[in-house]
Amino acid sequence: MSTHVMAQHHPAEYQPPHHFPSARAEAEASKVGMWLFLATEVLLFAGLFCAYAAYKTLYPEIFKGAHKLLDLKWGAVNTMVLIFSSLTMALAVRAAQLGQRLNTVKFLAITWLCGAAFMGVKYIEYSHKIHVGLVPGQYYDMLGFTREFLEKFPQTPMSEVERLARGAHLFYGVYFLMTGLHGLHVLIGMGAIGWVLVRAMRGAFSPKFYFPVELVGLYWHLVDLIWIYLFPLLYLVG
Amino acid sequence: MTQLDPSSPANPEGHTPPKGGVSFYQAARGWKSWVFTLDHKRIGIMYLASVLVAFLLGGIFALLVRLELLTPGKTIMSAETYNRMFTLHGAVMVFLVIIPSIPASLGNFILPLQLGAKDVAFPRLNLLSYYLYVIGAVFAIYSMITGAVDTGWTFYTPYSALTPNSVISMTLAVFILGFSSIFTGINFIVTIHALRAPGLTFYRLPLFVWALYATALMQVLATPVLGITLLLLIAERVLKVGIFDPAMGGDPVLFQHFFWFYSHPAVYIMIVPGFGVISELIATFCKKPIFGYRAVALSSIGIAIISFLVWGHHMFTSGQSVVASMIFSFLTFLVAIPTAIKAFNWVATMYKGSIWLATPMLYALAFLWVFTIGGLTGLFLSTTATDVHLHDTYFVVAHFHYVMMGGTIFAFFGGLHYWWPKITGRMYNETLGKWSWVVTFIGFNMTFFVQFIMGAKGMPRRYYNYLPEFGPYHSFSTVGSWILGLGFFLTAYCLLSAIWKGKKAGDNPWGGTTLEWHTSSPPPLENFLTEPRVSGGPYDRT
Repeated sequence: MSTHVMAQHHPAEYQPPHHFPSARAEAEASKVGMWLFLATEVLLFAGLFCAYAAYKTLYPEIFKGAHKLLDLKWGAVNTMVLIFSSLTMALAVRAAQLGQRLNTVKFLAITWLCGAAFMGVKYIEYSHKIHVGLVPGQYYDMLGFTREFLEKFPQTPMSEVERLARGAHLFYGVYFLMTGLHGLHVLIGMGAIGWVLVRAMRGAFSPKFYFPVELVGLYWHLVDLIWIYLFPLLYLVG
Repeated sequence: MTQLDPSSPANPEGHTPPKGGVSFYQAARGWKSWVFTLDHKRIGIMYLASVLVAFLLGGIFALLVRLELLTPGKTIMSAETYNRMFTLHGAVMVFLVIIPSIPASLGNFILPLQLGAKDVAFPRLNLLSYYLYVIGAVFAIYSMITGAVDTGWTFYTPYSALTPNSVISMTLAVFILGFSSIFTGINFIVTIHALRAPGLTFYRLPLFVWALYATALMQVLATPVLGITLLLLIAERVLKVGIFDPAMGGDPVLFQHFFWFYSHPAVYIMIVPGFGVISELIATFCKKPIFGYRAVALSSIGIAIISFLVWGHHMFTSGQSVVASMIFSFLTFLVAIPTAIKAFNWVATMYKGSIWLATPMLYALAFLWVFTIGGLTGLFLSTTATDVHLHDTYFVVAHFHYVMMGGTIFAFFGGLHYWWPKITGRMYNETLGKWSWVVTFIGFNMTFFVQFIMGAKGMPRRYYNYLPEFGPYHSFSTVGSWILGLGFFLTAYCLLSAIWKGKKAGDNPWGGTTLEWHTSSPPPLENFLTEPRVSGGPYDRT
């Protein structure tokens, strides 16, 4: 959209593409387009939420047991980070709307850093899980699960741990697919934020033309919102 | 034609607005003017060419499948090759041909014209959709070269998770094609909302636009679910996640639920644009406004809504609960209501119309005939008791081809003949067009009608071999497929030769009333030399 104004440092008057009657019409149409795209994102994740619901119903005790090995502390930190980033994203959109170039850049940069922090925490969580074998399918390590579980909950009877260990791979399958797809969306979101950040630094936006920031904001809020659902469903099921 | 506002500056003294000028073909030249184009008309033509090439490919697979079934046992290929052939036929025809056929090719070309717009809302996204389609097609071809797929186009687990064939590249192809379809859908919805000409209210939209709108809604809301299903299938093959694997506590029927949650709306994604084309053809060639315009328009939206609630009718024999099957059966019957609203209103439009039996109208009549057969046999399949007998037989194959091939492809051909003069500026040979129609229609019914009979007698679908008593039906069907193939070649010749040999068509050869007929053939770069203003219904005549 509208790369022809990118290089201009002081856009006098934003010119919409020839097929739109006005800049406002272009912004409105783009927002409708983004909302539709967000609907497709919700439906993309809906498949995974359905899979979660199906297996949670089939194996409630395995979900309750296996989720205890997720790191609640890191999960909570990540939730706070993303909620905070939604705030800074909203502030960035407002700053762009008011034509405050410096604030736009500042808030976009903070939002981007929050995304990076989230991915950093996910890296810590993932690498530990992969290290001890709490991974999906054929790479899942039953012994690793037993060792981890007994270390954290030494009081649990052995028969109970064994029962959990036999089914926990399904939970980790759902966990990695859901958080993996979400993490991919965080990365895409960071890419989009980086794109409007560069354009904001070049001074591409003005009170008459800031809808790209708004579109990226909408996308980022959805990414946050999905995590708001993932956190309780995965970390707090017990 | 009352549609253009006579008082508008675009239309001084009640005359038709100025036309002519340089056509979009002449506006730019060279290969770059195509490869990097943002013009919806060029993108539509590139889609059309790609879809027709894929149609040829899928058609060759179909002819090979039918040829193999000419005699019991081995005729020309091994059972393994046969499994791949019918899978490739299905996957190519569904994902590369029928889904993009009408919306992405004719829709891309005609939709902005019918709206009086200069382009679609997001021209770059439109070009991206096209290239995603091409990339998806490349993945599909890569899959064919590296061992192909033998799962059937439905990719059912657990077999698709286990077979050594190239399932991953084929599912990735379909995943990418899905995104192409989603982006086209988003683009069309926004275009219809944002870029209608002044005075063009929703209830003045041509019915083709209504149909594309309903289709786009389904593309946007259903396709992502297919996307995640295919990602899960890939995860299943690569990581052995076990979500669809009963040995690991998973459930293969969950795959079927996911798959049909997309693929049932998908069959309406395939047919609803066809309904839109038929509405245009019947209005133009009966020289009458469509009877019950609002009912026909809203029935498209009705079909779009119901389409999301019926997926379980593909799974009556999968072991889903009896209560679920009954509910899905009931909801499936509901589809008959909006569909019948359309069929009856089309017939009512023809009543006392001055019907012009040009080739496009012949395709519309053929559509009414075969789609009604296809639709009514759908009722046999949505009734749980009869479906248990007919499930996975040739009856289903025949039903599906009557609605998808006889329905969508006939509507597509009707639309191609109808808009060919608009797209190319040339008129095809009417006599040849009619003869091609006759051959295609006979070939189609020969190929598929007998399949109802042998299906009802118990011939299972997708089988390589069959009992001798099914021999006559299979041979008859195979001979029919040759006639059908001949019909397609005649049609292709008829349309292509028009480009070189056809007479100049003029701007409005059929006396159409919708906006695309108010500009020159082929249209100028920005579609209209002056912005049209609309003051009446799409099919009003004076």
